[in-house]
Parts: sequence; C-alpha cells; structure tokens
Amino acid sequence: MDFSDNPEEAAFRARARAWLDANATVRDGSEKVQDHFMARDAAEVARARDWQARKAKAGWAGLTWPREFGGQGATPIEQVIWNQEEGRYAVPPNVFLIGIGLVGPTVMIHGTEDQKKTVLPRALTGEDIWCQLFSEPAAGSDLAGIRTRARRDGDGWVISGQKVWTSGAHYSTHGILLARSNPQVPKHKGLTMFLVELSDPAIEARPIRQISGGASFNEVFIDNLRVPDSARLGGESEGWKVALTTLMNERFSISIGRATGGARAEDLIALARRVERNGRPAIEDGEVRARIADFTARQRGLEFTSYRVMTSLSRGEAPGEEGSIGKLLLGRLRQEMGAFGMELAGTAAGISAAAQDDVARWRNEYLTAPGNRIAGGSDEIQRTIIGERILGLPPEIRVDKDVAFSEL
Amino acid sequence: MNFGFSDEQDTIRETLTRLLGDHATLAVAHDRLEAAEGFDTATWAALAEGGWLGLAIAEEDGGSGMGAVELAILAEEIGRSLAAVPFAPVLGLAVPAIQTMGTQAQQKSLLPGIAEGRTIIAAALCETGGLAPGKVTAQVAQDRLSGTKTPVFFAAEASHALVAAKDEGGTPRLWLADLSGPGVTIRALDPIDGTRPAAEIGFEGTPVEPLPGSDPAAIGALLDGAAVLAAFEQIGLAGRALALTTAYVRERQAFGRPIGSFQAVKHRLADMFAKIELARSNAFFGVWALASKDGRLPEAAAVARLTALDAVQFATEETIQLHGGIGFTWAADPHLFLRRGWQLKAELGPADAWRDRLLGNLAS
Repeated sequence: MDFSDNPEEAAFRARARAWLDANATVRDGSEKVQDHFMARDAAEVARARDWQARKAKAGWAGLTWPREFGGQGATPIEQVIWNQEEGRYAVPPNVFLIGIGLVGPTVMIHGTEDQKKTVLPRALTGEDIWCQLFSEPAAGSDLAGIRTRARRDGDGWVISGQKVWTSGAHYSTHGILLARSNPQVPKHKGLTMFLVELSDPAIEARPIRQISGGASFNEVFIDNLRVPDSARLGGESEGWKVALTTLMNERFSISIGRATGGARAEDLIALARRVERNGRPAIEDGEVRARIADFTARQRGLEFTSYRVMTSLSRGEAPGEEGSIGKLLLGRLRQEMGAFGMELAGTAAGISAAAQDDVARWRNEYLTAPGNRIAGGSDEIQRTIIGERILGLPPEIRVDKDVAFSEL
Repeated sequence: MNFGFSDEQDTIRETLTRLLGDHATLAVAHDRLEAAEGFDTATWAALAEGGWLGLAIAEEDGGSGMGAVELAILAEEIGRSLAAVPFAPVLGLAVPAIQTMGTQAQQKSLLPGIAEGRTIIAAALCETGGLAPGKVTAQVAQDRLSGTKTPVFFAAEASHALVAAKDEGGTPRLWLADLSGPGVTIRALDPIDGTRPAAEIGFEGTPVEPLPGSDPAAIGALLDGAAVLAAFEQIGLAGRALALTTAYVRERQAFGRPIGSFQAVKHRLADMFAKIELARSNAFFGVWALASKDGRLPEAAAVARLTALDAVQFATEETIQLHGGIGFTWAADPHLFLRRGWQLKAELGPADAWRDRLLGNLAS
C-alpha cells in the first residue's frame, strides 16, 4: 500500500504542473460554479477550443490515444494525474470529453481508414466537438429500444427520428448516432451506427431547460437526413456492438474523471461556522456535526475508491469491481449535501437572489444532483449492473429479447 | 500509487483463509454461542501455532515483525470467519499499547506470551460515559487503581487488563493491572454476542503499573489504530454476510424463479455491496495512514470507522430480512452476523463518538 506517486508518476506530474503553471491560473475559489464538461455560451465554447488547441500543440491532448492516431501513448494513470492537475486551474470546461473519450476510441476500433483520418485529428485539436445521439424519448435505460429509423436509399441512407438528453448538441459540430436499420429482427440486432454533421439543416437541436435553470442538454430532431454509406460506423446491423464500445469508454472516462465533483464536506463546515442554529454557531450543534461527519466519511470513501481504481490502472489492469460504486453513491451524496446546505443556510435558501453566493451554491448543488443519478445509467440500472455482473445474480426476465422489434 | 496488496500479502491472506476455514466454522460459532464460555480456544491456539498472533510483534519479542497491513489482513479474515477470539483487545489494543508506550521490561514480560497464545490482555478502556480519554473517571493514586470499567471483553479469560485511568494530576493514562490481584471483581454481563464474553470490572485499590509513554494523545492514536484494524474485521464480517445472502437468493425459488432475479432483492444486495466497498476504500486509506504514520490517521480512522459501522449494520440486518423466515431462526446463520456486528460496535464505541472525533479534527 502506497499512496504516493512512483518516480515515473511523480515526474509526469511535475511536467504537467510546470506546463499548467506557465499556461493557466490556479483556481482561487472565486470562480462561478461551472460544469466541468458543459459550456454555458458561445464565448465559453470559444475559450474551450482555444485551450484545447494549445494543449494539443503542447502534447497534452488525447493522452491515452495511441501515437499512430496523434495521441501521446500515455498510460491511464497519467491521464488521471493530468485530470487531477488540470482540475486545480481555472480552465474552460472540457467540451471535448465525448469526442476524445468516447467517439475517438470507438472510431479507432470500428472505423474505416478514411474515418480515422477525418475524425481523429480534428477531435484531438478541438476543431470538432462531438455529441452522443443515443437516448430517445421512448428509450433511455433500454437503449436498444430506439426508434430513429435509417433506411437504405441508393448508395446512402435516410435517417429520421428524435433524440433527447443530448448534452452539448447545441454547440456540437458532429454526432455519433444510433439508428434502427432493420425493425424485422430482435431489437439488439437491427441497429446501425452513423457519424453525422450537426450543421446539416435536416438536424435541429433545441436546448432543454433543466430544473437547475441551465440548458446543457437538448432534444434533437432528425428529419430525412441524407448521409452517404461512408458515414456508417461499423457494419450494418452491428450498431449495438459499436454502441457497447462507446458505452464502455464512457464508463471508463467517468471512472478516471474527478471522483467528487462539486461541493466538499469541508464547504459545509465553512458554512456551519458562518450561520447560526438555535442561537449559537451551527458548527457547535450536535446534529449539524453528525451530518457533516457522515458526509465527510462518505465523500472520503468515494475519493479513496478512485485511488483503488487508479491502482488497477497503475498496474495496467482494467478498473475493478469497486469502480462501479462511485456513480451510484456520488449522485445521492451530492443531493443530500445540497439539501443540507440549503437547510443550514436557512429559510433564505429557497428564495434568495443569486447574489447570496452561499445560498445559490447549495441550491445549485441540490438542483443539479438529480441529473447525476440519471445520466450515464440511472441508479436503478447501476444497481442491476452490480447485482448481475458483480454479484452474479440471475438476470431479469426479458420478454422482448427474441421478438422482432416491429412485433413489440 | 499502489492501493492494493503485494503478492506476499495475498499469500498471507490465502493461508489465513484456509486456517480459519478449518478451525472457525459457522458450526463452531453456533456452538460457542450456546456454550457457557464463548471463547474459541482451539482457533486462538491454531493462530498462535501458525505464528499469526505475533504477526506485528518484533522478532526479539517472539513475533515475526510484520506491519499494519498484514495485521489488517488477519483482522479481515477473522471478521470473515466469525472466530470467537479476542482480536481487538489483544492485537488491536494491548500489543500496540505495550509496544509504543510500555517499558522494555513490560515488552519482554508480556509480548512473547501473547505471541504464543498464553497471555490474554483485556482492554479495560471504556466506562459508562464512553471510550474517549476525556471521559475516564477511574483513578490511580500511589499505583493503586479504583474505578469501574465496562464493558470489558474476555475479562474472565485474561491474565491482565490494559486500563485507562487518571493519574494523580488528573491526566488520563494507561496502566497494566494483574487481574488475579487484590480488589478485582469481575461481573459477567449479558452481551448480544455471547461468543465474545463481556464483563464489568470493579477495581478497588488494585496495584497497577503505568505504561510510561501513555498520555491522552497517545491513547487517541492507539484508538485510531485499533479502529482501522476493527474496520477490516467489520468488512470481513459484512463481506461474508453479503456472500451468504447472495448464495441464498440465487438458490431460493419463488414465483417460479430465483428470488435474486427480482429487483427488489437484487438492488438491496447491490446497496450492501456499495456500502461495503465504500468502507473498504476508507479502511485501505486508514491502514496506509497507520502503517506510514501519516498525520491524517485521526481523520482516516474516523471515516473508516463510520463507514464500516454503517456497512455492517446495513449488511447484517438485510441478511436476516433477505433470508425470510429462516433468517429469523436461532438455528440459521444470519443472526450470528448481526450479533458480531454489534459486538464490534461495542468494542470501540458507536458512531456518535467517532463523528465528534472527526469533526473535532476537521473543524479545529
């Protein structure tokens, strides 16, 4: 057991820090709360592009990508170290996560030589921004139930349908799109994956406002989009296999990302010093102390769980079973901490103007956390995955598995 | 970054799994629960014979001089086996107390006997007011101890007790009391886990000798280290409860299929798993902090304790529920886990004391 970097890791960290010091400013805590992956406006997208281009030029983009695809051939642990270090600086949100973390690796495995040449370099430098056109109004957790249709038309395809919960679609240039090419076979067997351009007038992205007030995701309407067959990623009717590659990389990107985004239990201690409860500083109140202690214990547990994941990566192994608990526990923890922060801040929490930073902050935490419990696999899906894949419990009975999609 | 075990440590675990699997079966645990004396002397002797009781005792004192990580592995395997042995009092508290605070003479006279399994030292730290050094009311004057300690586990089996009591200046310190000495009265209590007997010990002018290195800070560090090791025992226990329950719900049929295929059941097992793994992560950090003498030990120990308590309570309670009616019977295994979980809580105190300890550390 050793929590310290080994010599190679320490050297990599020092190099990363040196470059970041020369090119960015360390956060001082005064920055507005921002999402780590979503831009709020066009100006932020522009800043993100600029930052990505500088990283790419200096050799800090696509760290884990193989060198043949323009990456650095770095180890996953080095990517984690980079993420930790970059997280200390006031840098724009990483709107390239889907392109570099999900789409790139999928194209490397399933793409044609031509697709690799056109997609990969531009994803790396930040010229292209990718979104993931998977979920639909009638298919989220049950992704293979999507209804967007892709029909053969001469040499190409015509695609129509609707996608939803598409993060960043309103500023993305490209999308990886899963469509149903054959409804006459069971649902997993009639899917095909495509790479599409969002600038096509047949695609319209409409931002959806979330309960937090922000609008980082979209509904996307696709109305007779014509694409050549060269836009197909992977074989016809092999879209599920391709999607699994993307989803596997999504889980991997999440597992090496920051384990505990958002507020920390220490921030609740700071708040509890500033506010009163029962006529004395809240930090002296037994119940307040107990709640904060429990939040701390859970948050530390998640942080150290990410170290266990790093250990697997450091040894060149895939993240182990422990990696699956982070997402399940983090959303709930953030939600409870947000609610407690609001209560601690007092009745003002419900009605305050944004000027009262404390109050706005915990309200924002509380109102964004429900999304963490849904996006990328709901709590229920996570529990089923743990139950079936880790504990080996018998699967759900699936009545639609061997039935043609058109018969469902 | 290496947050895992070495090959040698994995080998130690495999050896211990086998040894405890041979001696400390669940049948033995049932048997000890019925017996007048809960102590599983055969397993303790087997551990001594294998050299495991001297794991963290220096070679010159009859041990093998290994470290905290190896001791944590032993704790987890004892927890998994439900062995009715005094791990926490003897190996979690008495040994490190004597090692870090005792004189060389005390080390020479007591540690070899512990390694050989001859000497059992009970931990008489707690009083009705709690475990924290500041709560101690027992008093030593002119090397004679007066006061009441409760609960003390394995008191009847122990030759000595490690006692927390105030010195003449009112400072809490640790002392060694010979339990065959004058003024000692041991009154058996009725613990929830009869496999680890509990007692109240009254001292009235009992001769004691001090551990000269003991002071409130050192006692706090001792409790921190013991809490980390206890967290491993708790994880071992909870992990075994999860395995037992997983096996049961895969077999048990209802409505034409195994009950483990129902989400209502499956998701509770997933929650058990998540709580156990969260506790394991904190315990890993805790044992690293213990082994490397990192300044974050107090915080690491408290968070390890808190998540381990939560994981154990949830896992052991759900184990009974998910077994249905059979889980509520005396003859079945689930209640052994529930009882041991409460026992492990009693040994180092409940969550509230550790929450306060954590906040005291973070907010000071």
